[in-house]
Amino acid sequence: MFDDPKHVSSGTLKNSFDRRSLLIGGLQTGVGVLLAARLGWIALVENEKYTTAAESNRVNLTLIPPRRGAILDRNNQPLATNRMEYRIDVIPERLVDPEATVARLGALLQMDAIALRDLSDKLEKARGFQPLGVASGIKPDIYNKILVRLPEMPGVVAAQGHTRWYPTGPSVGHLLGYVGPASAEEFKSERNPLLMTPGFKLGKDGLEKRFETELRGIPGARRAEVSASGKIVRDLEMREDVPGKPLQLTIDGPLQDYAARRLGLESGSVVVMDCLTGDILAMASMPSFDPNSFADGIGRIEWKMLADDDHVPLRNKVLRGLYPPGSTVKPAVAMAFLEAGLDPEATVSCGGGLRVGNRVFGCWNRRGHGTVNMAKAIYQSCDVYFYHFAQKIGMDPIALMCRRLGLGEKYDLPVVGQHYGTVPDPAWKQKKYNKPWAVFDTVNATIGQGYMLVNPLQQAVMAARIASGKLLQPRLLLDKKAPAVPSMGFSQDHLDYVHKAMSDVVNGPGTAGRARLPLPDVLMAGKTGTAQVVSLNISDGKSGPWKYRDHGHFIAYAPYDNPRYACAVVVEHGGGSGAAYPIARDVMTFLYDQQKALEVLTGMEAGWGGTPQERMASRYSSFASQYGTNAPRPADEEEIRRQSQGPDPAERTPRSPVTEAAAPRPEPDQDQPAQPAAAPTPAPAPSPAPSRAPQ
Amino acid sequence: MSRRIIPEAIAREPWRVILPLFALNTFGSVVLYSAAGGHLQPWALLHTIHFAVFLVMAFVISRVPREFFRALAFPAYGVLVALLLMVDLFGAVRGGSQRWIDLGFMMLQPSELMKPTIVLALAHFFANLPPAMTHNWRTLLPVAGLAGVPVILVIIQPDLGTGLSVAAGAAVVIFLAGLPMRWFIGAGAAIAAIAPVAFFTLLHDYQRKRVLVFLNPEEDLLGSGYHITQSKIAIGSGGFFGKGFGNGSQSHLEYLPEAQTDFAFSTMAEEWGVLGGLFVLAVFLWVFRWGMQVSRRAPDRFSSLLAAGMTFTVFFYMAVNTLMVMGLAPVVGIPLPWISHGGSALMTNMICIGSIMAVDRWSRRGGSLSA
Repeated sequence: MFDDPKHVSSGTLKNSFDRRSLLIGGLQTGVGVLLAARLGWIALVENEKYTTAAESNRVNLTLIPPRRGAILDRNNQPLATNRMEYRIDVIPERLVDPEATVARLGALLQMDAIALRDLSDKLEKARGFQPLGVASGIKPDIYNKILVRLPEMPGVVAAQGHTRWYPTGPSVGHLLGYVGPASAEEFKSERNPLLMTPGFKLGKDGLEKRFETELRGIPGARRAEVSASGKIVRDLEMREDVPGKPLQLTIDGPLQDYAARRLGLESGSVVVMDCLTGDILAMASMPSFDPNSFADGIGRIEWKMLADDDHVPLRNKVLRGLYPPGSTVKPAVAMAFLEAGLDPEATVSCGGGLRVGNRVFGCWNRRGHGTVNMAKAIYQSCDVYFYHFAQKIGMDPIALMCRRLGLGEKYDLPVVGQHYGTVPDPAWKQKKYNKPWAVFDTVNATIGQGYMLVNPLQQAVMAARIASGKLLQPRLLLDKKAPAVPSMGFSQDHLDYVHKAMSDVVNGPGTAGRARLPLPDVLMAGKTGTAQVVSLNISDGKSGPWKYRDHGHFIAYAPYDNPRYACAVVVEHGGGSGAAYPIARDVMTFLYDQQKALEVLTGMEAGWGGTPQERMASRYSSFASQYGTNAPRPADEEEIRRQSQGPDPAERTPRSPVTEAAAPRPEPDQDQPAQPAAAPTPAPAPSPAPSRAPQ
Repeated sequence: MSRRIIPEAIAREPWRVILPLFALNTFGSVVLYSAAGGHLQPWALLHTIHFAVFLVMAFVISRVPREFFRALAFPAYGVLVALLLMVDLFGAVRGGSQRWIDLGFMMLQPSELMKPTIVLALAHFFANLPPAMTHNWRTLLPVAGLAGVPVILVIIQPDLGTGLSVAAGAAVVIFLAGLPMRWFIGAGAAIAAIAPVAFFTLLHDYQRKRVLVFLNPEEDLLGSGYHITQSKIAIGSGGFFGKGFGNGSQSHLEYLPEAQTDFAFSTMAEEWGVLGGLFVLAVFLWVFRWGMQVSRRAPDRFSSLLAAGMTFTVFFYMAVNTLMVMGLAPVVGIPLPWISHGGSALMTNMICIGSIMAVDRWSRRGGSLSA
């Protein structure tokens, strides 16, 4: 081929051409063979791999979020259910032009500036694969408008789905919790593609979180042939979802709602228990949040409202609020005395204080109660009586009785986060502070002050156990067959004595005369309690800054001679038990005569600015107009969880030992005026604010 | 085909090539019919009509006398270079890639016509060149000018695929013209040395990206690698017998980009499998074999070079396209003749076929002047 340049002729060129054209022909054949081999390799040897790839291209599996199981009250009425509605989500990863899409959606959905800002914030923080709720409960005509524009807005998902619906909103917020889209952490721990499906929500708090597995159900699925641009060409297969299992609670829905609404503007809790079974009929903590509005995440205005509220709307105070119980422990202390063999007719002369050694411990009533037996000590809440006999009998039997009655106990309840407080005794103090038990410690404990901390549920259990004489356990899940409740082993005489004295608190010459039920045939028994929050030299507990005011307590049961329902009410910083017992009275009234109780509530709510939802709505609009988009961004879930948990219970117990007796707080009595009226009949005219109790 | 029954003028035509090409083009129409979701519009019918028109054109070309070819060689070349210049200037003015000239009644792509024209011009040039001059270095200057000017004009359009195609046709004619082998080895070595530099300096970003993606298609599944990956999925999922006519999910669900043009082979292979692929390859190899035979039988140097160059131009189309769709070459916008939709490329290829047919005629008539 390397021709000699000197002898080039047509002939040599012709030869060269022939040889070289054979080379070109060979090259062409070679490429042909290579192509055939490559074709065979791809289509035959690697056929399986590419067939799978083509199938996964062609077929798109879409999960259909399962319908969440309903949460029912004891009468099968829904506390949480599902509503069919139209919703719009965005998948950040698929957005081509996020800003334009948000603006477009905002215009179509008629979103205001605040909602738009919230959405942009969420988008900023979003992780690519996580669907973001834009709007739910969209009107059909607007939904259709968006539907036809979907092809121009890649990344926007429109769907008709089931959304959680809580008919009574804030009344069940703490009890049930709320649902929301899965967080990145939740997805990381569960690794379930369902969590990334637009419209899927999981339980974030309360029972919704605790019973997530049962309530969730099994997702449906749709296999569809999709084009490269994501358009569904045809449905191949459809599997219906399996709805989650319904959850039936012992809660009485209307009672729960009533109790929550009756708390009104106060920060407090109401617990109602069935004295026969231990069923919790109501467990309300207010102020609360509306779980309906949390479903698509918390907006900046809502967050500002929550953050600015010193009543801590996110905390479930029934389970996570710990308070010194005040005089509500006195029936329990009396039971301890009786068990220890004290004759209830044994008397003490109360002159307004008790001298022990060189110290004088004051009674709340400085004028003194005169001659006091056990019954009078309970219904007049005489502190000196209890100081006196507690010295004789000792702290251990008292602490034991408190624990038997349910204080300091963590119940076997399906709830998230239960703070159970402290019932102090000498051994506890020795261990905790390495200090011996002192006289003033007993003095404090017998009047529910000092180290003693309880939650409202424990107080309700205590009331129910004293009322029934049975070792009732609180129950939240409805079990139709009545449990075999063991007896507490109390003597019936002792119980009858204490019951009569507690009835006299309300129906006799006691401290809560206005708690008498406005019903002809039902008598309620109870015990008031006023617990100091700060020492007397900071505040008298009745006036001044809200956070220094005394807590108001009331435990009750009815009817007094045949206990059926027990109740505990705590009003944080209510200024005394006078803030608590009218609520207990009305809640108890509701159990017997809903009409009558609702009339009272309606009148009160008119003065408060409407139902909790209405008040929230008006607060929202005032916040929205005040702060607008300048409100800070909502906190993340961790911060919300932290707020709802409240301070660590261990921190509630003082770091350093108590060195003083608490000054007992005055209990209101029937001669004092101006408590919010219970019912139109026996009580005086309602006044909006709890009055100051007299000295 | 008995010569007794069929008139000699018809019987003389190279039916052994025309009929396979007709079959191939019809197969192309079938594929395009399916790609359009079972409709003749917008591609299948036009594809058939194009073929019919260009087949007539090929017959006309095949009757053009050799002297007319040769007389036309340089003027046609000159006009096309002028048109390429115009295109580049318009492109520069409009600030973008410019390949077309709007003639009013049709869109003319001069670079497309340059492919057969460069072959014609070089064949003419070498036929005129005294044999001794083929080994003279001074020959290189006009050759480099003839081949280089259009190639550069096309590449700066920018249209690297067509530029390489023009260069390939030119290179084969030069190679077959008998220039010393060491020059080619030297040129090959020079290109190998310059290529890496050119890759990083001369290529546009998108071109560079295509090459990189070709080297590692899995790296960019949703970007440039998407084309090759989806094409391989289409071909690979076809298996031996294919998914059946009208059942190609890759093309119908639009996962396959350019399913009717550059990736028509993949569309075909998905539905017709290896069987369909081998048919297409066989027809092409048959046509190339015929083209090379014609060139070897050709009566003179000009005809030989012309036929071989034209064959190689067709081959280059087919090879680059099929190598690309099977993931053996970077994505270059070159369609597969007779299968892909697109009139411009079909016209070029039919000009090539017509020219080979003309050479075939000259060799049978002993180089007669009359058509």
